[in-house]
Amino acid sequence: MGLLNNHGVLERHSLILTIAILITVSIGGIIQMAPLFYMENTIEKVEGMRPYTPLEVAGRNIYLREGCYVCHSQMVRPLRDEVERYGHYSLAAESMYDHPFQWGSKRTGPDLARVGGKYSDEWHVDHLIDPRALVPESIMPPYAFLAEKSLDYDNIEADLKALRMVGVPYTDEMIENAKADLVAQVDPEAYFDEQDALTARYTEASGREGTVQIRDFDLDPDRITEMDALVAYLQMTGTLVDFSTYEAEDLMNRR
Amino acid sequence: MSDHNKDIDQPTGVETTGHEWDGIKELNNPLPRWWLYIWYATIAFSLVYMVIMPAIPALPGLGTNTRGIGGHSDRVNVANEVEALRSARAEEGSMLVNASLSEIQTDRSLQQFAMAAGESAFGDNCATCHGAGGRGAKGYPTLADDVWLWSGTLDGIEQTIRHGIRHEEDPETRFSAMPAFGRDGLLTTSQIDDVVSHVLLISGHDEVDEDAAARGADIFAAQCATCHGDEGKGDRSVGAPNLTDQNWQFGSEYRDIYNTVYNARNAHMPAWGERLDDATIKSLAVYVHSLGGGE
Repeated sequence: MGLLNNHGVLERHSLILTIAILITVSIGGIIQMAPLFYMENTIEKVEGMRPYTPLEVAGRNIYLREGCYVCHSQMVRPLRDEVERYGHYSLAAESMYDHPFQWGSKRTGPDLARVGGKYSDEWHVDHLIDPRALVPESIMPPYAFLAEKSLDYDNIEADLKALRMVGVPYTDEMIENAKADLVAQVDPEAYFDEQDALTARYTEASGREGTVQIRDFDLDPDRITEMDALVAYLQMTGTLVDFSTYEAEDLMNRR
Repeated sequence: MSDHNKDIDQPTGVETTGHEWDGIKELNNPLPRWWLYIWYATIAFSLVYMVIMPAIPALPGLGTNTRGIGGHSDRVNVANEVEALRSARAEEGSMLVNASLSEIQTDRSLQQFAMAAGESAFGDNCATCHGAGGRGAKGYPTLADDVWLWSGTLDGIEQTIRHGIRHEEDPETRFSAMPAFGRDGLLTTSQIDDVVSHVLLISGHDEVDEDAAARGADIFAAQCATCHGDEGKGDRSVGAPNLTDQNWQFGSEYRDIYNTVYNARNAHMPAWGERLDDATIKSLAVYVHSLGGGE
């Protein structure tokens, strides 16, 4: 009976069996994963998505460091009640510059994919300092130290470079000016031409006006704190894509 | 192993696998029929599924994936479901959109609908800052009282919800800016002390340094009265609060008021016109108006 009767070889040699199991399991994995890397519709073509500004990257790093994803997802699923509550369902394109993505699978707190612009900066600051002062039933821990701690952005250029290595299209200009851009986005006393340069760089990448928010996010104009960076990141989430040009019916956008 | 002979286990009469360990042999029973048929059925199901549903990715360079003859799409479905929800609410919804706010107030059933819709939208979108039932919090106005910074009428509340307060992306937003008298060096710290004493006096505090308050009155007239009025009664056209009532958004202590004068308070409220639809905004206006102090 040829090949099928040779299974004794596999069963009697543990190393050969291990290798055969690995090959079998990888076939399943490759069939599931590999097409996503070349299929044209894995990531929707949308207007407005851009790489995150250095301040937003710094804020996102704090989001990761503090483990916000442990309780908050960033994925509005295509279900009626979620769309009613949070807004448009999330697109793959919206997390294409996330490394790693923050979809999450645990929702102790609300989804944050579209929290950008929903509340004021004051609210975010007050709420991070003492969540229960505003939402008495909240079980979120306080993050008051963020408002005290100065933002360490010495490595921001390296952060952008690392993101470029994994596919985020930062230009040389964006990387060279990372520190200046970070300061320009949050410091009310920054020079206007530096703010304009920041806006121009990231508006060009976005192809859409108004995606770069420049202001003092933590209401403490004297310092750049970790609160500035985190609030800047939160106020950006879910605001980049222009949904007026997104067609759910388009064959390429169907899921 | 192709030469293995049938080895029948005597007590059971079942063929063995031919393997033997220390005299112990393994029966070669067939798989249970029920299990086997369910397994075949799952294979058949997966084949049918792949034909009906979008399932098979194209080979490299050949585009996307099969669409499936069922034409299924979660994204199209959710759009339809949201549409169905809107149309289920359409009759009252469009009446809400078309009715003026005062008409809503006089039509009992429409008002009930608006109140129910407004309460549920308030819980998710507004209560985060303004508290459940609009009870407010330090820094966030109480909506359940009759003290209004900008406007307490139905139309005024709707305007505030739609365009926000100091929401700079919206050209119709309500806007005013109190100067940071201390931080920007417009007043010295001792002048601020004086003006705070004056504010405490006109708001009815007992233990106020009267000399300081008297000096502060002049500063108040020069610096503050433009917006807050000569008597400190406020001006709703610029969102300047009445300083003579006992309502304090940012606290009534000396410290709080000093902070306000030194750093200024220019609170923001996002514009909801883009995020919420017309019917929801109107419902919210009716709901907020009903909380206690609607004018």
